[in-house]
Amino acid sequence: MTIALETIGLRKQFGGISAVNNVSLRIEKGARHALIGPNGAGKTTLINLLTGVLSPSSGSILLQGRDITDVGVHRRVAFGLARTFQINQLFLDLTPIESLGLAIAQRLGVGAQWWRPIGTNAVVVEEAAEILRRFHLSDVMFERTGNLPYGKQRVLEIALAIACRPQVLLLDEPAAGVPEAERHDIVATVAALPAEVTVLLIEHDMDLVFSFAQRITVLVNGELMLDGAPNQVAGDPRVKAVYLGEALNA
Amino acid sequence: MQSTDLIAGRLRARWRATEYVFWAAALASFFVLPERHLILTEIAWLGLFALSLDLILGYAGIISLGHAAFFGLGSYVAALLAKHAIIPEPALALLVSGLAAAALGFITSFLVLRGSDLTRLMVTLGIALIMREIANQLPDITGGADGLQGVRIGPILGLFEFDIFGHVGYAYCLTVLFLLFLLARRIVHSPFGLSLRATKANPLRSSSIGIPVNARLVAIYTLAAAYAGVAGALLAQTTAFASLEVFSFERSADLLLMLILGGPGYLYGGLIGAVVFKFVQDWLAALTPQYWQFWIGALLVVIVLVGRERMGNWILAARAFGRRTGRRILCSIIPPALFAAIGGKR
Repeated sequence: MTIALETIGLRKQFGGISAVNNVSLRIEKGARHALIGPNGAGKTTLINLLTGVLSPSSGSILLQGRDITDVGVHRRVAFGLARTFQINQLFLDLTPIESLGLAIAQRLGVGAQWWRPIGTNAVVVEEAAEILRRFHLSDVMFERTGNLPYGKQRVLEIALAIACRPQVLLLDEPAAGVPEAERHDIVATVAALPAEVTVLLIEHDMDLVFSFAQRITVLVNGELMLDGAPNQVAGDPRVKAVYLGEALNA
Repeated sequence: MQSTDLIAGRLRARWRATEYVFWAAALASFFVLPERHLILTEIAWLGLFALSLDLILGYAGIISLGHAAFFGLGSYVAALLAKHAIIPEPALALLVSGLAAAALGFITSFLVLRGSDLTRLMVTLGIALIMREIANQLPDITGGADGLQGVRIGPILGLFEFDIFGHVGYAYCLTVLFLLFLLARRIVHSPFGLSLRATKANPLRSSSIGIPVNARLVAIYTLAAAYAGVAGALLAQTTAFASLEVFSFERSADLLLMLILGGPGYLYGGLIGAVVFKFVQDWLAALTPQYWQFWIGALLVVIVLVGRERMGNWILAARAFGRRTGRRILCSIIPPALFAAIGGKR
């Protein structure tokens, strides 16, 4: 089995606090891997380390066997690592088609083209239209992103990462803040992600985690507590004690 | 489902009717207002200068209070090239002045990459002050506080000699403005331009979809510096003079004011702002010579406090009200059968 994403002894120190401490993680290619843990366990810090928003105090990160520890955020995207955000990070003044077109143009290496309007590139437009259809955003493609309902924005958040055609996709709480009525859209979107894409899901919603993940890693106080199959994690008394207890019994 | 062609068509940045009207009016001004060519010339290079600021502020979100640094450099380079007959032909000298300003823009762009708006304001302000002091301390080259005198500008392309009424000067400035506007318009609608808007809206997400944010900011800052340099060169060439004033803080501040008056982020804001600013200044200065700045200030405060969007909404609301009222009047006048016949709904 090839390893898509690996961290070796990853550590991030904020002053005297180790937000992430000696985390060694291996995620197999094509995996549906979930990362869970109580608030403040260091999940978002870990994502920020993986994507290059923060640089680690020590340790290294390998993407498909390539050391990307010192590679900048935008170049990691070119290497096949994309992410979504816990809080929507969208281009509110742009339309969905423009946002997606931009991500696609960038991936195809024409993102710095300065002479022709983006609409003249048929490959970009076609692919953007295809993604919009797949994510059921076609009818709002010319709306200003800031005017879309929250659920649609949440879907666009994922679509934008998919437009980067990642080999490894990091989903940071995709269901966060989504009202119950629109939740199944997100769940369906996540379930329908291409099988060859390796997905690391960070989520509080245990229903989503257990319906989705084939493997679960538990992070507590910045350290790895457990890494195993869902039933193994669900049955572990330590996990129940620190985190799952209330969620599973509820 | 919409076809790809249809979608592509909507992403193609077609010219709108109002844009044709704007440029037709600009062209008409040349023929209709020959006695005002001197002030129109000033408006043309001011507009170009404001367009330059719009490229970084309106599209990339880089605020600057020192844009005169590039304007001034372009001015001095153009004046020096002409004075020492290094490049006597103005159009070529214009290009070289723009390149010189671009070089300065490229070098200083790295200073504005990081930091907040406040840092950027201070850094850009500082650079303009430094440039002014350099010019002041090199009197052998720049003429120091007296300015650079004895500049003689050759005929454009060897054909058109500048005249004292500013006819040739205005045609020249307007042509340069239009060409550089066309270039800017292409750029802002390209993937590159779109990536600038994305970066302005959300730099974090921008880099997360693979956009090299810093490279983009360096590129647009350099381009804007070139535009500002060309604007400065136009001033030097049309007045055959360059002085320390080209670097002044007031120039940078007035520029920001103009752009805010016209509205940043759609290319025409700077041009409209320059027209309004110059004519209001001209008109108020004739009306109340001592207090014209009071009124410009008051206008600015009102615009910023009320907000352009809200004013836009008022206009839209007024329009909708007008339509509703008009329709109601029509309804009461026209018999119902006739109204239905012409396709109206009640």
